[in-house]
Amino acid sequence: MQPFEKMTGLVAPMDRANVDTDQIIPKQFLKRIERTGFGEFAFFDWRYLEDGAPNPQFVLNEERYQGASILVAGPNFGSGSSREHAPWALGEFGFKALIAPSFADIFTGNCFQNGMLPIVLTQDEVDTMMGKALQRTGYSATVDLEAQTVTDDGGWSASFEIDPFRKESLLKGLDEIGQTLKKEDLIAAFEATHPARW
Amino acid sequence: MPKTMFRKIWDSHVVEEPEGRPALLFIDLHLVHEVTSAQAFEGLRLAGRKVRRPDLTIATADHNVPTSDRHLPFADKIAKQQLDVLDKNTADFGIRLYDMNSPDQGIVHVIGPEQGYTQPGMTIVCGDSHTATHGAFGSLAFGIGTSEVEHVLASQCVVQARPKTMEIHVDGDLPAGTGPKDLMLHIISQMGVAGATGHAVEFTGPAIENMSMEGRMTVCNMTIEGGGRAGMIRPDDTTFAYVEGRRHVPKGADFDRAVEEWKLVASDDGAEFDTRIVINAEEIEPTVTWGTNPGQGVGITGSVPDPGDYEDPAQAENAARALEYMDLRPGTAIQDLKLDRVFIGSCTNGRLEDLRAAAAVAKGHRVADGVRAMVVPGSAAVKILAEKEGLDKIFKDANFEWREAGCSMCLGMNPDILSPGERCASTSNRNFEGRQGKGGRTHLVSPEMATAAAVAGHFVDIRDWEYRDQ
Ligand code: SF4
Repeated sequence: MQPFEKMTGLVAPMDRANVDTDQIIPKQFLKRIERTGFGEFAFFDWRYLEDGAPNPQFVLNEERYQGASILVAGPNFGSGSSREHAPWALGEFGFKALIAPSFADIFTGNCFQNGMLPIVLTQDEVDTMMGKALQRTGYSATVDLEAQTVTDDGGWSASFEIDPFRKESLLKGLDEIGQTLKKEDLIAAFEATHPARW
Repeated sequence: MPKTMFRKIWDSHVVEEPEGRPALLFIDLHLVHEVTSAQAFEGLRLAGRKVRRPDLTIATADHNVPTSDRHLPFADKIAKQQLDVLDKNTADFGIRLYDMNSPDQGIVHVIGPEQGYTQPGMTIVCGDSHTATHGAFGSLAFGIGTSEVEHVLASQCVVQARPKTMEIHVDGDLPAGTGPKDLMLHIISQMGVAGATGHAVEFTGPAIENMSMEGRMTVCNMTIEGGGRAGMIRPDDTTFAYVEGRRHVPKGADFDRAVEEWKLVASDDGAEFDTRIVINAEEIEPTVTWGTNPGQGVGITGSVPDPGDYEDPAQAENAARALEYMDLRPGTAIQDLKLDRVFIGSCTNGRLEDLRAAAAVAKGHRVADGVRAMVVPGSAAVKILAEKEGLDKIFKDANFEWREAGCSMCLGMNPDILSPGERCASTSNRNFEGRQGKGGRTHLVSPEMATAAAVAGHFVDIRDWEYRDQ
């Protein structure tokens, strides 16, 4: 996994609550057996019209949000299905950090597994960023994971909490499986005292 | 100190839990299906890793299998490829697979309990959010993503931060005409779709204790729709009677010993939860969702809400958006909503008891003109048992389609989908936009309510239903 470095990028708003993973990547794209190729299908049903043309009503299709790497969204982002295709699609679409008042549990774990940072800010802080992203073209922000802060181009800043283990893994780009497999002795010792159930 | 069931199971599976860090948790049962596993196996191959415990890993094909004639060549080439890849992966890594043509195939959360893989006190994971279902047996079961699937395949462990605990205490008995599905739609409408986020939830109270195992599975299954990490119910005599005699459950004296162990799993008296919610069962009606998340539900005697009535502007906006997608007008009586399609099935309500309940409603009636209704058993075994009882005949006589087992129109990865604008009464668990087909409009209900709606052509109050025994 790539280490998560301090990043600055354009902020795109998604002013909705409960954006579920069925919206982020609809089921018809889950048949792929690769980890890649999902970005073009992100938010498919919202993003494209019947004839396949981009839906001009969909916020991420607006010219001014092209190239955004930070998404600001409403509460309970990523709810529903456990499909990891959701962070894969968001990552390929260009997002590196997501900001919302809350995220669903499984989705949060899936983001961390893919070097993507889900940042929980207060509703007020999210509202501030959402408002600016909606009003001002070119609104950008800097995410500093080391310092646990989000600072926008106007100098407004907020800090966030993150599990220290997750932070370290992201900063170093650690391979979680590799880390666990180093604990072979512990796992083997546990298994020795824990008979299988059938 | 008295311990919760969650805590007991967690503690007894910790391989390592350093202070202030997530635990490394050992997994007793890893369930695998075709949609979330291909990339995990590929990851193993690329890193030259093997599956640590193929003996604790079980795979099935459920999400994209067709539910019509399986002897025909596969129409969907990409779906076929995904199934072929599952065949190859499980063969290469030595994992037991119940493929599409196996008599034991079915929805992963239906076959685990059915075959006795799911037992009290276990830790169970699957690359699927509805893994919570298995908590009905007093196990700790939760959904994981594909990277974690790879992690479990490689190490038989997951890295997990300890969730908080929540007790949802259901006071009183469920009124006639209401069941586990109504209970859950009601609870989620009360606490919200993120109400249990970050929590492992234990359900308690007389309504839960009196519930069958199948009903308990419905309850735990829907916990994820309230944001819960896991749903759990203490194992009791109902649980032990259900598991006894199933294929992978210990027999004879071993079974008796297992029961003694399983009894110790229950939360101790006085165990404290981080959060506690009390629900009064008596006030629950047969419930129907009107919106685009499972928390947007209302009793059958109610009507479509007016977004203007919400105090919270964010909720009002959600409601307005949902009504637009669902093409509903505020104030419309729920019973006036006309349906195009009805789907009975899924890991929420596709078990034998659900089909029996639906058949009792369907018996002697016919699906209304203009409505297409399908019954999709949760597993091949459910289908066989239902046919032994003649349920298939009742459904077919009433003009319901009787299909092969799988997830089917719960998520419409196979050809079973809604067309844009179609309105569907569904016994599944998610009414998200496009879930059952782009532009499709899903109303979540119990099996009885779905069946009655199919016959009437619109939603009806099951408490007024004319059951025809002949
Ligand atoms: S029936 Fe639906 S919810 Fe259950 S596992 Fe299948 S797709 Fe998921």
